[in-house]
Amino acid sequence: MRYLPLTPDDRTAMLGVIGAASVDDLFVDVPESARLSGPIECLPHHASELAVERHMSRLAAKNLSAGSAPFFLGAGAYRHHVPASVDHLIQRGEFLTAYTPYQPEIAQGTLQVLFEFQTQVARLFGTDIANASMYDGSTACWEAILMAGRITRRGRAVLSGGLHPHYAQVVKTMAKFSGETIDMRLPELVAEADDDAVVAALGGETSCVVVQYPDILGRIPDLAKIAEAAHAKGALLIAVVTEPVALGLIEAPGNLGADIVVGEGQSLGVGLQFGGPYLGLFGCREKFVRQMPGRLCGQTVDAEGRRGFVLTLSTREQHIRREKATSNICTNSGLCALAFSIHMTLLGGEGLARLARINHARAQAMVARLTQVPDVSLLNATYFNEATLLLPSDAREAVRALADRGVLGGVSLGRLYPGEAGLANALLVTATETVSDEDIETFATELEGVLA
Amino acid sequence: MSAANAAGWRPTMGEAGDAGPRFTTASGDYALMLKEPLSFEIGRSDKFGVDLDEPATAPLAGLPLRKAAPDLPGLTEPETVRHYTRLSRQNYAIDLGPFPLGSCTMKHNPRLNEKVARLPGFADVHPLQPQQSVQGALGVINELAHWLIALTGMHGVAMTPKAGAHGELCGLLCIKAAIEAKGEDRRVILVPESAHGTNPATAAFAGFKVESIPANEAGRVDLEALKSRLGPDVAGIMITNPNTCGLFEPDIKAISDAVHAAGGYVYCDGANFNAIVGKVRPGDLGVDAMHINLHKTFSTPHGGGGPGSGPVVLSEALSPFGPLPFTARTADGVIHLVEEENAEEFDHRQAFGRMSAFHGQMGMFTRALTYILSHGADGLRQVAEDAVLNANYVLRSCEDLLHAPFGATGPCMHEALFSDQGFAQGFSTLDVAKGLIDEGFHPMTVYFPLVVHGAMLVEPTETESKAGLDRFIGSLRSLAERAREGDERLHSAPHFAPRRRLDETLAARKPVLVWKGEPGVPGTPSLSEIGGS
Repeated sequence: MRYLPLTPDDRTAMLGVIGAASVDDLFVDVPESARLSGPIECLPHHASELAVERHMSRLAAKNLSAGSAPFFLGAGAYRHHVPASVDHLIQRGEFLTAYTPYQPEIAQGTLQVLFEFQTQVARLFGTDIANASMYDGSTACWEAILMAGRITRRGRAVLSGGLHPHYAQVVKTMAKFSGETIDMRLPELVAEADDDAVVAALGGETSCVVVQYPDILGRIPDLAKIAEAAHAKGALLIAVVTEPVALGLIEAPGNLGADIVVGEGQSLGVGLQFGGPYLGLFGCREKFVRQMPGRLCGQTVDAEGRRGFVLTLSTREQHIRREKATSNICTNSGLCALAFSIHMTLLGGEGLARLARINHARAQAMVARLTQVPDVSLLNATYFNEATLLLPSDAREAVRALADRGVLGGVSLGRLYPGEAGLANALLVTATETVSDEDIETFATELEGVLA
Repeated sequence: MSAANAAGWRPTMGEAGDAGPRFTTASGDYALMLKEPLSFEIGRSDKFGVDLDEPATAPLAGLPLRKAAPDLPGLTEPETVRHYTRLSRQNYAIDLGPFPLGSCTMKHNPRLNEKVARLPGFADVHPLQPQQSVQGALGVINELAHWLIALTGMHGVAMTPKAGAHGELCGLLCIKAAIEAKGEDRRVILVPESAHGTNPATAAFAGFKVESIPANEAGRVDLEALKSRLGPDVAGIMITNPNTCGLFEPDIKAISDAVHAAGGYVYCDGANFNAIVGKVRPGDLGVDAMHINLHKTFSTPHGGGGPGSGPVVLSEALSPFGPLPFTARTADGVIHLVEEENAEEFDHRQAFGRMSAFHGQMGMFTRALTYILSHGADGLRQVAEDAVLNANYVLRSCEDLLHAPFGATGPCMHEALFSDQGFAQGFSTLDVAKGLIDEGFHPMTVYFPLVVHGAMLVEPTETESKAGLDRFIGSLRSLAERAREGDERLHSAPHFAPRRRLDETLAARKPVLVWKGEPGVPGTPSLSEIGGS
């Protein structure tokens, strides 16, 4: 077996040192009735690299990859061009095969990256601080709601109808067990985000309002207005960003009054990967630091006074606080954070702003062309790189028919909100810098054919 | 602080009389030992490593436009590659040498897994693509699920949890849903005192009350103490097997039977599954739920702290409550994603809900399945045997110098546990750990489990050669002797790492979590003062 260095001679010699007759003597504590006498039956035995690669390649070939078709999906996962150097750098063994930096003297590479990452996220979000990452945007969103409950000592969260429905489902699931009250709503097919409904739902028991920016339909809520209303009632504003590239164009949530900003960092550096692993981003006001979940990297000095970095404030965390921890999270998304950080460094602030302008321009071109298709209209008053189209018939059927024609033509609201007949004709379409004029033309032509 | 080190980063020997560089270079670098400032100190927000053409279109009216571009430093590609490559060289990694962190299973990460995960058919597919266009991706999830069920002898598996602790949460939520379905009110989860911190944290996160169960003198769960605590308020037990002392719980069947008889469920923390994969199936031991850290047993890279992946195998009693979405293959060969809308069609109405957006850590699934197919049923069994053999070899090769608290009770599983008993006054486990850094090794897990004073938990894994282990054992024995003799140089180790011991108290007392300096602004320390170039 190519991954196992011990030779039969080694094993014999080692058993001699141990004083055991056979390796089975080392498993004496396993109840005899439960010991397996040989390899589990009905499972294949070991295979060569060539054979395994062939098998996996066949499975991969059964998928229509985004790069091989005109591609317009978003809804919380975005296809951006990732510079080649990002994937090269994250595969350096010193990053790829290191553990969580619990021994800081020999983990300064990872730790400095995390410190840079935290600073990048905080500046992108307009928050004072950020943590070293969470599992993904949806779990970061739930952790933010719990954190708001700890800070305000209130137990009712108001969710905008514009929050990604999977995020809302995660919140609903987790709240069943934690006891938080969740006031949630469906999106309405109107041009503007549901700012007024969210503000109207605020009460004296509200711990936080959760608003996605831009929202699931691509609309851009007025965060400053919601923040003011929330603060007047003693509640916090949690802004959720599922497309961080948008923040190269529109104002950072923290600069508009959001108290906690969470998001999905997949857009930068991390591929689509059929949904994971992704990268949860988490920023907030500095005064909330001791209520934050997740790992934090902090600056310090070594015994000779040189700057260095360590994991810090671990008295919030499970390995110290056990059942009194702020969260049970242990592993984060270190390698995805590294990819995000490298991509962000390759862009810089001006590059990110330009990338955002390109995305916005591509989306405008897409919307202009698709709304020329008969009976197709645009819902949104505002959008960044993703917008909602109203079709004359069930959008889910249209998406399936488009896939049969080799076009990955967006995400139907029927897929996201099954059973909601009122949303069934809406189609969410996204254009990033990867979308060409030819892609848009093919999409429009095929959509017209599908709807005819 | 030695005056010779004022220029900043270098592998200083520090102590007077030690060998080491006798002069300071003009650059502050020393041959292959290179320091690296922060990107914020060398980048500029108007610099980039990506060529982008400015679009001609003006933004839509009514957008809340940023007043200025984000203040983020950019670098060109050569500068970026150099920045991160230089940083990478300040990390220890499994690619460089043994990484014997107990309970972390730092084994070799095969590169075929990386190659496969990057095939466009896996890496470049969107989670919400029409299902007809992702049958191969759903096939990977389904095939891996099949293996995990077969290897554990369980009934079902929830694939979406994103890491071990997330998997624990998934298992406990299944237990909670099952209890609610029976109309019972059980709020207590029993956790052995030797458990990893995530166990009690997860139980509390899931809304349970946590109670501790003591260990007996042999480092195992005290069966009688457990039995006396069971009752109508106990939802179940979270047990780690092999446990955190590196020992198999020989009473596991009796524990499961007792918990089941009292109406509770058995959650097993599968962090240590590497010791028993292919040798024993948790389903045969009465386990109801167990998470499997794909980043441990099945070798998906740890990546400096994630991403992980924590699928949870479930017994027949708990499977109906597993979360959405999951995959199901129908007789026509089509693989379906079962979500909120078709859960009823697939007879899964009791799902407790959704744990995360999308379908789990697909990038980890492709790697883990590649690893599993490479080893096969026979190779995985050999993995467990070699992992256990290596750990016992370390245990028996060091126990004359390092106190092994459970060494007399019999063999260990995949990790060897030592304590600081016998060290000279004032010498501790931390000194040995930092000494290992100077020896060129990553330290073992220290001060865990909490039930052993000054614990040192060594998990070599099966991917270390005998020659590599002999080198490690030689260093560990030497350090044990030095700690017993009271070698003062150990107190100040590491001497040869990129940094000396770091002041963790300062970091926590005055947290600096983001970079606030501005280059060239008065009051900001100069780069040479803070160790930059």
